[in-house]
Amino acid sequence: MSSDSFDIEKIAFLARLKLTEDEQTRLGRQFEGILQHIDQLNRLDTENVEPTSHVLPLQNVFREDEVKTIFEDGKYLPLAPRQDKDHYEVPQII
Amino acid sequence: MHQPTITQAKHQLLEKKYSAVELLDAVYKRIDAVDGKVKAYIHLTRDLAHQQAEEADKKLAAGEDAPLLGVPIALKDLICMKDTHTTCASHILENFVSPYDATVVKRLKEAGAVLIGKTNMDEFAMGSSNENSYFHVTKNPWDLNRVPGGSSGGSGAAVAANECMGALGSDTGGSIRQPAAFCGITGLKPTYGRVSRFGLVAFASSFDQIGPMTKTAEDAAILMNVIGGHDPMDSTSANVPLPDFTAALSKDVKGLKVGIPKEYFGKGLDSDVEKAVQEAIKTLESMGMQAVEVSLPHTEYAVATYYILACAEASANLSRYDGVKYGYRSKHADNLMDMYTNTREEGFGEEVKRRILLGTFVLSSGYYDAYYLKGQKARTLIKQDFEEAYKKCDVMAGPIAPVPAFKLGEKLDDPLQMYLSDIFTISANLAGIPAMSIPCGQSKDNLPIGLQLMGKHFDEETLLNVAHRYQHTTDHHLNHPTL
Repeated sequence: MSSDSFDIEKIAFLARLKLTEDEQTRLGRQFEGILQHIDQLNRLDTENVEPTSHVLPLQNVFREDEVKTIFEDGKYLPLAPRQDKDHYEVPQII
Repeated sequence: MHQPTITQAKHQLLEKKYSAVELLDAVYKRIDAVDGKVKAYIHLTRDLAHQQAEEADKKLAAGEDAPLLGVPIALKDLICMKDTHTTCASHILENFVSPYDATVVKRLKEAGAVLIGKTNMDEFAMGSSNENSYFHVTKNPWDLNRVPGGSSGGSGAAVAANECMGALGSDTGGSIRQPAAFCGITGLKPTYGRVSRFGLVAFASSFDQIGPMTKTAEDAAILMNVIGGHDPMDSTSANVPLPDFTAALSKDVKGLKVGIPKEYFGKGLDSDVEKAVQEAIKTLESMGMQAVEVSLPHTEYAVATYYILACAEASANLSRYDGVKYGYRSKHADNLMDMYTNTREEGFGEEVKRRILLGTFVLSSGYYDAYYLKGQKARTLIKQDFEEAYKKCDVMAGPIAPVPAFKLGEKLDDPLQMYLSDIFTISANLAGIPAMSIPCGQSKDNLPIGLQLMGKHFDEETLLNVAHRYQHTTDHHLNHPTL
């Protein structure tokens, strides 16, 4: 692990963020410090340690596949910044 | 009239000393008088609250009762309440009106609560000072030049400034407990899975938990009875029995073992905080509890582990803000990709971007094993520390934060220092255990200091029991700021 590997332009693209030049410089500098701190985990021997993704012994939750009205009709589309009749409207894709 | 606790307000409403509408009016009068200075709220829901109070009065007149009938409660602004704004203190959700109630809101309504408004917070609950709100900065009612803590700083300040009887907050890395400590109130982060997260805007889904922020442990128990319990709408909600938390309050604590994690004392701990916490431990001993030293050897790795995992989860959760179905959309976009990137660039604040970027990095191809998987393994070690420690004790006690409330702007330019201030609260979220903050003294500058009590999984009863008995023995929780 090394904080040198942090390519902020590439990461910003993956995260769909368009950073200003000023942000790239400032955030880039901050990440150096943060990643150096994170790198202290290298001192831990985790060779035979199982990863924890969840603290509870969760199992898949199943339910009957029944049709239910959970959300009221007509309440959701109007929340969109732009909509047209019963569709969400976005800029041209192709 | 605006001074009562939830417990007192309940009695006084039943005794008809005042009506629910009169109580609500008194609370809004208090808000109108002090919130210009404190700025605890983002939105007030005056009309809806008035209807709920009138409804409560009708029920009270008919001799009905419910656990919170007529009691004014505030909600952190990332908990959805139908037909009201839920902004997460973010530009990207500034105009979002929730079409449904969170499960906790549904349960509060069923319990007769009067929901008075939505409190300020760090944007998307990311922060320890409330300075990351898009709208305004909440001030600490004890010293208006200091932070109320975060991210549930608005809820903490509202309770401390008597702008509500109690509030709900959420805690991902200390966001209930640290503002509770900074504002001198009681705050409980329940066991992961104890309270439904349905309708809570997600930050880091394997950590987030809703909990009560109140003036006393007794009030926290009343709120837990209402909001706790299994919910089919949240697949991570635990299907375990919900005890009556108020019934457990008065049990004798004699003979209970309180573990003192040695890693929580030492370098970096403010001397006033250390003195107050040590004094509190002596009080617990005087109540018949037995203090034993325990060790949480991986404490120094908690902040690094947390910021890998919580940011990874945040980067995935916040990918939904794309400007399509709800929330803000940039006006500057000719194509779809520009719409995504401009919307997110303009809609998110800097701390949120920082965490999305960090999370995206640790999950990205080539770095997943070195960071994310390593973090998950470190989480196992931290969890095992607690399992070992609880073989020797029933609860643990220590500080909430290394220092009392810091000055506004003090840590704003140094995110790592801000992250490191969460060192004592983060481990409970990594391990999923319940933990709470109760006032245990004041610093030389008259700032409140919080004692952290940590419990075993699903044993909020013992935590609330110890906290209630402590508040029976001491009067730190009765201190109020002068505004």
